[in-house]
Amino acid sequence: MKNLTSLTIKEALAGLKKKDFSAVDLTEAHIKATEAARHLNCYILETFDIARKQAAASDARYAKGEARLLDGIPIAMKDLFCTEGVQTTAASNILKGFKPPYESTVSGNMFRDGAVMLGKANLDEFAMGSANITSAYGNVINPWKRKSDDKPLVPGGSSGGSAAAVAARIAMGATGTDTGGSIRQPASFCGISGIKPTYGRCSRFGIVAFASSLDQAGPFARSAEDCALLLQSMAGYDSKDSTSVNCPVPDYASTIAQGVKGLKVGVPKEYRIDGTNPEILKLWERGVEMLKDAGAEIVDVSLPYTKYALQTYYVIAPAECSSNLARYDGVRFGQRVEGDNLIDTYEKTRAAGFGKEVKRRILIGTYVLSAGYYDAYYNKARRVRKLIWQDFIEAYKKCDLLLTPTAPTAAFAIGENMQDPVTMYLNDVFTIPASMAGMPGMSVPVGLSADGLPLGLQLLGKPFDEATIFRAAQAIEKAANFTALPQLAQARAA
Amino acid sequence: MSIDKNTVKKVARLARIRISDDEVDVLSGELSKILAMIGQLNEVKTDGVEPMTSVIEMQMPEREDKVTDGGIPEKILANAPEQTAGFFVVPKVVE
Amino acid sequence: MAHALLKGETGDWEIVIGLEIHAQVLTKSKLFSGASADFGGAPNAHVSPVDAGMPGMLPVINKKCVESAVKTGLGLNAQINKYSVFERKNYFYPDLPQGYQISQYAHPIVGNGEIEIDLADGSSKIVGIERLHLEQDAGKSLHDQHPTKSYLDLNRSGNPLMEIVSKPDMNSAEEAAAYVTKIRAILRYLGTCDGNMDEGSMRCDVNVSVRKPGAALGTRCEIKNVNSIRFVAQAIECEAKRQIEVIEGGDKIVQETRLFDTKAGTTRAMRSKEEAHDYRYFPDPDLLPLKLEQDFIDAIKKTLPELPDAKKYRFMKDYGLSVADASTLISEKSRADYFEAAVKGNDAKLTANWVLTELLGALNRAEKDLGDSPVSATQLGGLVALISDNTISGRIAKEVFAEMFATGKNAAAIVEEKGLRQVSDTGAIEKIVDDVLKNNPDKIAEYKSGKDKLFGFFVGQVLKQSGGKANPGMVNELLKSKLDKA
Ligand SMILES: [Mg+2]
Ligand SMILES: [Zn+2]
Repeated sequence: MKNLTSLTIKEALAGLKKKDFSAVDLTEAHIKATEAARHLNCYILETFDIARKQAAASDARYAKGEARLLDGIPIAMKDLFCTEGVQTTAASNILKGFKPPYESTVSGNMFRDGAVMLGKANLDEFAMGSANITSAYGNVINPWKRKSDDKPLVPGGSSGGSAAAVAARIAMGATGTDTGGSIRQPASFCGISGIKPTYGRCSRFGIVAFASSLDQAGPFARSAEDCALLLQSMAGYDSKDSTSVNCPVPDYASTIAQGVKGLKVGVPKEYRIDGTNPEILKLWERGVEMLKDAGAEIVDVSLPYTKYALQTYYVIAPAECSSNLARYDGVRFGQRVEGDNLIDTYEKTRAAGFGKEVKRRILIGTYVLSAGYYDAYYNKARRVRKLIWQDFIEAYKKCDLLLTPTAPTAAFAIGENMQDPVTMYLNDVFTIPASMAGMPGMSVPVGLSADGLPLGLQLLGKPFDEATIFRAAQAIEKAANFTALPQLAQARAA
Repeated sequence: MSIDKNTVKKVARLARIRISDDEVDVLSGELSKILAMIGQLNEVKTDGVEPMTSVIEMQMPEREDKVTDGGIPEKILANAPEQTAGFFVVPKVVE
Repeated sequence: MAHALLKGETGDWEIVIGLEIHAQVLTKSKLFSGASADFGGAPNAHVSPVDAGMPGMLPVINKKCVESAVKTGLGLNAQINKYSVFERKNYFYPDLPQGYQISQYAHPIVGNGEIEIDLADGSSKIVGIERLHLEQDAGKSLHDQHPTKSYLDLNRSGNPLMEIVSKPDMNSAEEAAAYVTKIRAILRYLGTCDGNMDEGSMRCDVNVSVRKPGAALGTRCEIKNVNSIRFVAQAIECEAKRQIEVIEGGDKIVQETRLFDTKAGTTRAMRSKEEAHDYRYFPDPDLLPLKLEQDFIDAIKKTLPELPDAKKYRFMKDYGLSVADASTLISEKSRADYFEAAVKGNDAKLTANWVLTELLGALNRAEKDLGDSPVSATQLGGLVALISDNTISGRIAKEVFAEMFATGKNAAAIVEEKGLRQVSDTGAIEKIVDDVLKNNPDKIAEYKSGKDKLFGFFVGQVLKQSGGKANPGMVNELLKSKLDKA
């Protein structure tokens, strides 16, 4: 039998059903693996006690023949999802010790379906970052290493702990959130799959907000099918979120194997931007070939305003975050630094509670919303956002899907790409346009760079048409046959 | 467009984040770079384009007027840095 | 009515007043959460994690608040905007848990409207409504519980408010008071707010400026949270006086928010509001624009009750009441309803007098509301009927009313019990008249020699001897003819 930690979720569910192993066995194997991989710093909080209890409950349901969709599957929960009675920090000092008296809808859905929570996964502070180097609880290390040196690499971000955990085979799946690429880019950096569904598909209730008009939850897993399974559980209408869309969630598993025959896949020329690694461009061409070989029709499309998406994002996301993070004032929850008076207390609390990147974004956001700059920046960005959205609507008149690279580079070492914030922001240049338009997008691992690091491609779909994305993702998966393992998991498999 | 040190201080005050003089220098440089990047939006012609707030194009959902929450003061206060007799406590506010 | 002008050392000054009224929508739950919107409760008992601004909490709008805002807008004869947007008003304050107030800014749910206000001299005036928007209330800070700390109760946080903003159309404290009175009446008629100012469900921010008549608008000051109609008037008078003194003393008015000190009868600048504000309004990304269908608005229109002004004009037209009486009657819906129940089959003017003078006077002395009146509308109508059909005189009626008020008995029963029925028997009255004339020959002589005023003396004597029961009309008639013959 295969090592339990190298199974896919689908395989594990089959094994559990056949009683090849128990949910407790599966969980213990993952706990052991987690303990051996602590140097990756994937978790802010390990919740093994909860996991063991949940696994035992799963076994009881299997015994009664009442198993649920995800029963017994050990997952990592991004520490941006509020979990009732369990510390939720958003990787920030300001929320250290905070135990929400409520459960996020998405985590609640997964627990309802029998998922087992191994821990609260590390992330960039308040999901602001692309390398998981802004967490107040330390950097996450990518389980992959490049051939050329031994430097610790970033897992991408902001859902870095989630992606690294799934790649390192210490969790079978994980939740992430994606505001400008925070699921897709780390999936690409870690050689796994991850999907940001359509804005409105998953409830935002109970997810610590970064930028409300962009934030969307989604899963990580090691196959398209596993991603579909996890999303099936996470998604759904929620009356507690006014931006949750009441649109039925189709049974993704029933259509995922249909292939791409007859589908039109658009290749947007604007994603061929200067400075993109030639390796990435070659990978993209390979992806196009794979879909063509699988029967898809390839069409050229144009998304002319794509090149302004990054700029638009860096107005709108900070603007919303500056307001969303105003509630962290040390009054009702979280950390407080006592000052001489109220304002002093506020200022000291927030100075000590927030890290550099979060402060930068709050300040930029405060600035673009303030009197005199509102029209020049904020309203301007909202107008350009409309144009970006229109680009997608136009493109989808010509095709069913878009194929692009996920990120302009492979994972980089901690310390690289840090000359200034803007360089770091370029990481999300391919993922941000779909975020601005609310379109669903998925990253699928396709190959390795010359230096031995995973590279992913991004599939973008029509609103609420994740089903078609999954079909194409599985087609690429089959064609790419991406079986490479990160060094850490190789060692365990050996 | 760049952000001078005074503006940085003003914005930090608005955002209630205490920053040291050293930080002001660094932030002024960083924020100016970010602003220079977002300033590229000026190249885009947006005449007649409506500003977009949400990508969702539906009616805003409304709930019935029913009491479905509250009555949990101990939970509301459970994470408070300071509390007494059911109240949150903060340094004195002058009106 | 001509503007009331204030005299200063340099001549006349005109006051310009605009009001922002915060009216709590009468609902069970809050604007964006399912916690109770009731007044009171143990600290932080009416609080959901949404109201406490906890991480990841999201607003979902209360349908009743939207309906009430539209209903109120219609009641203010205002434009209902089919497209409105909730925006965040960002500022830090401990009673503002989210760090922003969800309000409406660029696109309010209700636009321009107007109402009529009724003044003491019987005149009325149109006051423009600028807008009405929905917004969240803040929590409550208690500053007097501890020497160096403030205590915070979030029960009020997130309660639904309608902010009704007037145009700066008022020019005296009286007009402002009449405006608040009329707004409160409209809200109560509509049932969209209980108008209870001492529980804070209606609060006023008063904007006051002064100028020389005809000059451009002066700099205004905003007096925050005035919580009674009387204080609105007092605050305006003292603030206007202060501003005139400042200007006449050679200084300038600084635009600022001030508080009215009810004990000192003065206003003072609020220290906490000194800092320049930059609220950074922007559309709340947790909510969507509020879009209303014409059908929805029409359906609400159909549920509108008769509003104060319509009622006032109907009372004047149908009952022939004076504008003053009609205005006073309609100022409270319960009062108007009481009158309409009492007036059935009775003389309207007489009924109005009894409601406004005797009944309200008695209630006032007893510190009771109309709702707790020991005399029901039908009972008062019964009393008025007895006066109209000459069963009792007006004077006896007052006695009967006092008894009714004390015991809750019907007028007819009291009249029977105490034998107060008016004497209209010619023979009986004639006998008393003859007695009185016989006993006062000297007075008759004086009367005859031209002292007409003595006629009253004879009437009084007759009524007195009849125990007040003689029909005054008949007494007059008989006396006149007998004196002429005497
Ligand atoms: Mg105001
Ligand atoms: Zn207001």
